[in-house]
Amino acid sequence: MSVAVRILDDGAWLSVNDERQVSVSELWRLNAPEFCQCEQTDFLAEGFLSARSSGRTVTVETYGQCIACGSSGTVGHVPVGEIIHGEFYGYDREGDVLTPVA
Amino acid sequence: MPTDVERWKSEVYGNEIREHLYRFAETGWGSIPDDERDEWFERFKWWGLYHQRNGQESYFMMRIGTPNGVLEPGQTKVIADVANKYATGPVENPEFGNAYVDWTTRQSIQLHWIKLEDIPDIFETLEANGLSTQQACGDSWRNIVGNPMAGKAPEFVDALPVIHELNDRFKGNDDHSNLPRKWKVSVTGSADGSGQGDINDLALEPAYKQINRKEVRGFNIRVGGGLARNEPRLARDIDVFVEPSEAADVAAGISALFREHGDRENRYNARIKFLVDEWGPEKLRRVLQEEFVDFELKSAGTDLRDEYTYNAGGEHGDLIGVHEQRDGKYYLGLNVLVGRMGADDTAELARLADTYGSGSVRVTQRQNVIIADVPESKLDALLAEDLLEHYSPNPHPFMRGSVACTGTEFCSLSIVETKNRQVRFARWLKENVALPDGVEEFHIHLSGCTASCAQPQIADISLRGMKTRKNGEAVEALDIGLGGGLGENPQFASWVGQRVPVDEVPGAVKNLLATFEDHRDGNETFREFIARHDEEELEAFIEPEETSYEDPFMHNTKLTWYPYAEDDSMDASPAPAHPDGTPIASDD
Repeated sequence: MSVAVRILDDGAWLSVNDERQVSVSELWRLNAPEFCQCEQTDFLAEGFLSARSSGRTVTVETYGQCIACGSSGTVGHVPVGEIIHGEFYGYDREGDVLTPVA
Repeated sequence: MPTDVERWKSEVYGNEIREHLYRFAETGWGSIPDDERDEWFERFKWWGLYHQRNGQESYFMMRIGTPNGVLEPGQTKVIADVANKYATGPVENPEFGNAYVDWTTRQSIQLHWIKLEDIPDIFETLEANGLSTQQACGDSWRNIVGNPMAGKAPEFVDALPVIHELNDRFKGNDDHSNLPRKWKVSVTGSADGSGQGDINDLALEPAYKQINRKEVRGFNIRVGGGLARNEPRLARDIDVFVEPSEAADVAAGISALFREHGDRENRYNARIKFLVDEWGPEKLRRVLQEEFVDFELKSAGTDLRDEYTYNAGGEHGDLIGVHEQRDGKYYLGLNVLVGRMGADDTAELARLADTYGSGSVRVTQRQNVIIADVPESKLDALLAEDLLEHYSPNPHPFMRGSVACTGTEFCSLSIVETKNRQVRFARWLKENVALPDGVEEFHIHLSGCTASCAQPQIADISLRGMKTRKNGEAVEALDIGLGGGLGENPQFASWVGQRVPVDEVPGAVKNLLATFEDHRDGNETFREFIARHDEEELEAFIEPEETSYEDPFMHNTKLTWYPYAEDDSMDASPAPAHPDGTPIASDD
C-alpha cells in the first residue's frame, strides 16, 4: 500500500495520506549529542524541511532550537511515528526520547 | 525532482482552480476526496483561501487583495457585510468578538472561519463590487503594495497608474500565474519610503534621470528583498531605471526571469532573494537584458532614499493623523491596534468615509486605515466621531507602534499566540511605562514564527515566537530583537534576547526603556542608541522581569483547537463542521 508522506505550508506540518499528523511548535526530547552539548536536547521544532518513510518509520527533517542551551539549526531526520497497515501512529513525542537519524 | 506542490501546480493551477472550488462548494467538505485534500488546499491558495490550522479543519482564511490598499467608495461596507455574514466561528475571540476584519501588513484584508459552501456567494458579492481574492495567496503575483495615499498625497512620481497597470496585467495572466514561489511587489511614488520596497521581491522606488537633457521621473528597481525563514534580505539595486511607461514590461521580464530560473525543486530556496544571492545583481541584470527585455535597459537614476521617513526611526512617518492631500482636502489615518477591527466597526468606518470623505478607505502596511478626501470644513466633525475613541488618529506610541501577525489562533506555522497578546502588551505598557522625552514613535512587532508576517526585523523592538521552560513547565516565549527599521539606511534587528517567557517580556521592555533613558546621548533616537552599542552590550540590556502583567496564554496554544475556547483541548474541536457549525461525523 503506497503512503503519501509530505511537508506542507512552508514546513508547518507533516501530512500522511492527506491528513495532518505532526505540527511545528512541538517540544521534543532528543538524544542528539551532535546537535548540542546538553545531556538531552530540549528541542523546539520550528520548521520541517522534508519527510520520508523508511520501512514503517516516518521521519521529518527538522530545524529548530534547543531551548536549554540555544543551539539551533537542522537536527536531521527525527522519527515521529510509524505506519502500520497504511495507518499512521504517532509516537508519544512529549514523553519519548527521540533519536534523529542522518 | 519536482516537489509534490510543483506536480500539483503543473496539473491544475491558476484561474481553472475556480471551477473546482465551485464544484466542491456545491456539495461541501466531504466532496473533496480524502486522498486529494493536500493538493486542493495547496491550489485553493491561488484564489486567496488558506485552510486553517490543525483542529479547525473545513474552515478557511480568505484573503482579499486590495491593490495598494485602496478601497474604493462602497467597498469597505461590502467587506463589513461579508465579515458579518460569513466570517463567524464556533467560539468568540475574547478581545474581538465574532466576525472581524484583519487589515494586513501587505495592505490586504483577511477574514477567518470561512466555510467552503459559502465561497461562491462571497466571490460573487466581492466581484460585483470590484473586489477579488485572486492570487491573494499562492505562487504568483500577490497584492501590490505602496503608499496607500498614492494619487492623493504628494508624490514625486504618480504610482497608482503603474500599480493599476501591473495589477491588470499580472492578475489572471497565464504566463505569470505559476511562479516558483510567491511574488511580492512594491511600487512607490512618494518620497517617504512608505512602500517598504526594501522587503519585497521586486521594488520600484521613485527616482529621476537625465534623458536627452531632460529630467525624467520614474523608478529605480531593486530585487530580492524579504524577511522570511531567518534569512532576511534587503532588495538589491540592479542598476535599472524605468520610466512609468516601461515599468510593466520590465516587471514582466523580471517575473519571467524568476519563472524560468527560480528553484522549483526546493521550496525553501525558491524565493528570488536566493537567486540574487547566487547570481548577484550584475548577472541578474545581464540575463534580464539578454533574455527577457527587448529594449535597452537604462542605468539607475538618482533616488530619493535620503528623504525616507516611513519606519525610519525618527519622526512619525506612519500616515496616522490628519494630513493634507495635494488637492487641498485631507486624509485621516486611524490606528487599528494589531490591525483587527470588528465587522460592525468596519461598517461604521465605511459610514464615516461616506459621510465625511469620498467613501474611499486606504489600508497601510502598519495595519492601519485611512479615510480619504475629507474637506477641511468636515474635519472637526469627523474627529469628534465616537469610532475615533477606539481607532485613534492620535494614539499613544505603544498603541501606534504595535503590529502583530495572525499567530496560533489560526496559523499552522506560528509557535505562539500573537494578536491578543500584543493587545495586552500595548495596554500594559501604556499604563505602566513612560517613554523618554521626545520619543513619539516606538515600534514593537510581534511575529509568531520566522515567517515574519509582522515584519519583526524592521521594528525598534522585535518579538518572535519561541518556547522555553519556566519552573519546569513548557511556556510560550519570545526572542527579542533590537534596532531594526527602514529609511535611507535600513537595518534588520539584532536578536539579542533569547526565549524570554511571555509574561516577562513587558518587564524586559520597561527595563530596556529605562536603560535607554539613563544612557541616552542627548536626543538620540532609540535606533541610534541601539546602533552605537555592540551585541554584548545589547544582550545586557535585556532584563526580563515578572511584573503586574498577566498572560492567560502561557500554555502551548498550538496544542489547542482554539486558544480562547472554554474547553480548548484538541478533542473538543467541532471541526470539521457542516455549514451550520455541527460537527461532521467521521463516517458522514
